[in-house]
Amino acid sequence: MTKITFVSFDGTTRTEVDAENGSTVMENAIRNAIPGIDAECGGACACATCHVYVDEEWTQEVGEPEPMEEDMLDFAYDVRPTSRLSCQIKVRDEMDGLVVHIPERQS
Amino acid sequence: MSEIIRTDVVIVGAGPVGLFAVFELGLYDLKCHLIDILDRPGGQCAELYPEKPIYDIPAWPEISGQALVDRLMEQIKPFSPQFHLNRMVTKLERQADGSFRVETDEGEIFETKVVVIAAGGGSFQPKRPPVPGIEAYEGTSVFYSVRRMEAFRDQDVMIVGGGDSALDWALNLQPIAKSLTLVHRRAEFRAAPDSVKKMFELVDSGGIRFELGQVTGLKGENGQIAAVKIKDSDGEKELPATRMLPFFGLTMKLGPVADWGLNLHENLIAVDTEKFETSEPGIFAIGDINWYPGKLKLILSGFHEAALMTQAAKRIVSPGERVVFQYTTSSTSLQKKLGVQ
Repeated sequence: MTKITFVSFDGTTRTEVDAENGSTVMENAIRNAIPGIDAECGGACACATCHVYVDEEWTQEVGEPEPMEEDMLDFAYDVRPTSRLSCQIKVRDEMDGLVVHIPERQS
Repeated sequence: MSEIIRTDVVIVGAGPVGLFAVFELGLYDLKCHLIDILDRPGGQCAELYPEKPIYDIPAWPEISGQALVDRLMEQIKPFSPQFHLNRMVTKLERQADGSFRVETDEGEIFETKVVVIAAGGGSFQPKRPPVPGIEAYEGTSVFYSVRRMEAFRDQDVMIVGGGDSALDWALNLQPIAKSLTLVHRRAEFRAAPDSVKKMFELVDSGGIRFELGQVTGLKGENGQIAAVKIKDSDGEKELPATRMLPFFGLTMKLGPVADWGLNLHENLIAVDTEKFETSEPGIFAIGDINWYPGKLKLILSGFHEAALMTQAAKRIVSPGERVVFQYTTSSTSLQKKLGVQ
């Protein structure tokens, strides 16, 4: 199992979850009822309500968004260089220990 | 005033479940009019994921959202459903004789014996950008669509976004606006390349001001904006604007359905599981918009709900008539209706 930590927008709550490889970071947030991830469209890369900031230490491993995801990020709030849509991040072994930060609000 | 359209059934929502309801109702000779806020049938399947494969439609191991819609349109063709697109139902009232009067925002009036709400996640509406306090300016100086171009004449117009709506309106309003500023968070655009080229030509000639950044706040009073706060890589700055048009895509809202006096369960319409009827007899709700114990938001569940709803709808439209259940495989009368006999 790969561990992922979700950090609340104010930094006060850190929740570590076990994630299956091949699942998406969004699915793990929903499964574990992480507040602040809405995922309205259910993972179709069509809504930008599962926006997260990948921790600086992890941006290289996680990688850049695809053009379609980048387009969808236009609809997110307070987009930063580390922004990703969590439904488009597939969990793999190398991501063990991944930390993602929840934005203040979803769009 | 437009002529009143009289029908057996008005279906609110032309997604997969609304479309399949036409089939089930059609087998029982019920004529349907469908109303949808989008410009084409298909609902979420066509709008959100036309190319995404769906794997849980019975007998289709894999089918794309658009292909499913196309097949449904083919399947209901024999029943000649009437579509009223780009419209929102604004009013639903019961009349003295028990039938319903349905009105749209385009001024159409329907009189119908049965209403089927198949509105999925609700109606697609422009997304409100999460800018603090924006509500106070909506409808007076912040707009999500352009109904009348004149409202933007001689104004300092700020358009936010990088899609076709943003670019098209930037180009269309630029000649009549006092000034036009386009704000987008990056230098790449989703819009048609030709519009982007034209926009940059106007930027070069001084007709449009392009700002790379994101809107973080608004300044103004009494519903009238005066300036917009933009955050870019250098920090935050304020740009003057008297009209703002944010184009942040669409979201689904329950909308006017919430005001129709139906019993709701956490923003979904509560129904029974025999007829899928709401708390108002004659108004049914099927598909993602309804709720009952054990409800699953699956297209196939919506199809099942459409079939059962039809039995009850038929009894309302043709009271006293015996409702005979038949199979399409063997019934010559059903096959005639389908045009295969």
